[in-house]
Amino acid sequence: MTLNYDDVVTRYDPVIGLETHVELGTASKMFCGCSTEFGAPANTHTCPVCLGLPGALPVANASAIEYTIRIGLALNCSIASWCRFARKNYFYPDMPKNFQTSQYDEPLCVEGYLDVDVQGNTYRVGIERVHLEEDTGKNTHVGGATGRIHGAEYSLVDYNRAGIPLVEIVTKPVEGTGELAPEVAKAYVTELRDILRTLGVSDVRMEQGSLRCDVNTSLSLAGSGVWGTRTETKNVNSLRSVERAVRSEMLRQAEILDAGGRIKQETRHFQETTGTTRSGRSKEEATDYRYFPEPDLVPLAPAPEWVAEIRGSLPELPAARRTRLQAELGLSTEDLQQMVNAGVVEAVASTVEAGAAAGEARNWWMGYLAQLANARDIEAPALPITPVQVARLIALVSDGTLSTALARQAVDGVLETGADVDEVIATRGLAMVSDTSALTDAADAAIAANPDVAEKVRGGKVAAVGALVGAVMKATRGQADAAAVRTILLERLSVSE
Amino acid sequence: MSDDRPTLTRHEVAHLANLARLAVTEAELDLFAGQLDVILGAVARIGDVAAADIPPTSHAVPLTNVLRPDEVRPSLPRDEVLAAAPSVEDYRFRVPRILGEEE
Repeated sequence: MTLNYDDVVTRYDPVIGLETHVELGTASKMFCGCSTEFGAPANTHTCPVCLGLPGALPVANASAIEYTIRIGLALNCSIASWCRFARKNYFYPDMPKNFQTSQYDEPLCVEGYLDVDVQGNTYRVGIERVHLEEDTGKNTHVGGATGRIHGAEYSLVDYNRAGIPLVEIVTKPVEGTGELAPEVAKAYVTELRDILRTLGVSDVRMEQGSLRCDVNTSLSLAGSGVWGTRTETKNVNSLRSVERAVRSEMLRQAEILDAGGRIKQETRHFQETTGTTRSGRSKEEATDYRYFPEPDLVPLAPAPEWVAEIRGSLPELPAARRTRLQAELGLSTEDLQQMVNAGVVEAVASTVEAGAAAGEARNWWMGYLAQLANARDIEAPALPITPVQVARLIALVSDGTLSTALARQAVDGVLETGADVDEVIATRGLAMVSDTSALTDAADAAIAANPDVAEKVRGGKVAAVGALVGAVMKATRGQADAAAVRTILLERLSVSE
Repeated sequence: MSDDRPTLTRHEVAHLANLARLAVTEAELDLFAGQLDVILGAVARIGDVAAADIPPTSHAVPLTNVLRPDEVRPSLPRDEVLAAAPSVEDYRFRVPRILGEEE
């Protein structure tokens, strides 16, 4: 890319839209009793209904309907008082029925919004619809170099995933974000993920495909108000990729428009390795899915009382929780925003709940743990250490059992071994040496080994004692309290300050 | 009513045949366009008898909310499932390569 991003956003206004697919965390599939367990041996979770065998009849999963209504309510949507499922007809081996049961012109939830905060501004992302459908089977392409469909000799299909309840959440076009479009897109998916997790409707694991995102991007000439042709980018499988996909698509489109070209309406594929998009299927010929109302499933008509009951049972949502935690933990808005960006709000709150001071909890999750997480390209809460363990470390530092350096070593030990904090401290001998006689022996040894330094200190150069403190600390592998060591050394040298 | 009933063109029949992955000859297009037109016309006559107080409906039974509890039930034995596949490899359905689509 030869174009400069800052330059692009002065000449073009981006318009973005997001379609997010969420696999619901029900125990059974959408229209049959097959298990939804992830990672089961291929084709062990299928039955006549999800295989589309003749005569099999689907029956909708009540929990999937309830979860979808929960999502709709959390996204400030209206819940339809009456709606139907529809058949989306297409030939593709990922669905043995040759159609996908979905919703078309009558989605279960419509007209909502989600507010997201980016760099101190709040952006309201309109929600067009939330509808319920079923997931498709998983294709593995065999032959060809990259496992891609292109160049493959044949494909293998596992129908375990076919029929798992899938919710599609579609935003309205989002305008007015300017240069922050990539960040707003990422913040939206992040907030949505946190809401879905809080609602307990999905495990929202992007890496396992239970949360998947398609990103629509178009550019309009700055100030013109006329939207450009949009592209749809698929295969965006991490929060960071959402941001990268929007940015790279903005740059690509700007380059074409600058050269007087026109944008082709098409599906593009995000490539993790390059951070750019690659052309996929052209959408110039609109796909004709011949939707029609599903005759085997009767209409849904959620009773207002049921919807009210679900509304009453919604948990505290992330935005409200953040506001409350900010007050309770005494955080500045900036601190909170940093914690949100790092994904550590819940971890800090849990650490405080486990007895740690808010400032200490924040420092650990935003400091050493964040560093370790960055090195592994994950968010800190994904590290194999719990808030309770972090709270225990903080307590051990504050009561003098550990120095901060030793506590960090203890963290390393927990991450490496999976053992508990106290176990790591015991097996690695990390506790501070507070035994005065042991420290005195170490001090005497340091004095004997460094007679020149000792003489200087005796002669009045008290600052020179630092070298001796260093020697003792080294001898005790950093497990002594440096201030206590200094006091003992000065005593042994009969020097007073 | 029958004067403004929908008609099906030869072009539309060709389009539908393509969507349904049916190979239809030029002669068949003429034949089917005429036949389908007659069938559509017959069905459209229902509109002649439908009074204003009869709303359109997609389902024959006046039921809503037929739901099942979220409970796992046994799936089919895998051997039985794969026995129906024309070709199997690695416990998966083996299908010919997919053309004209990029996943």
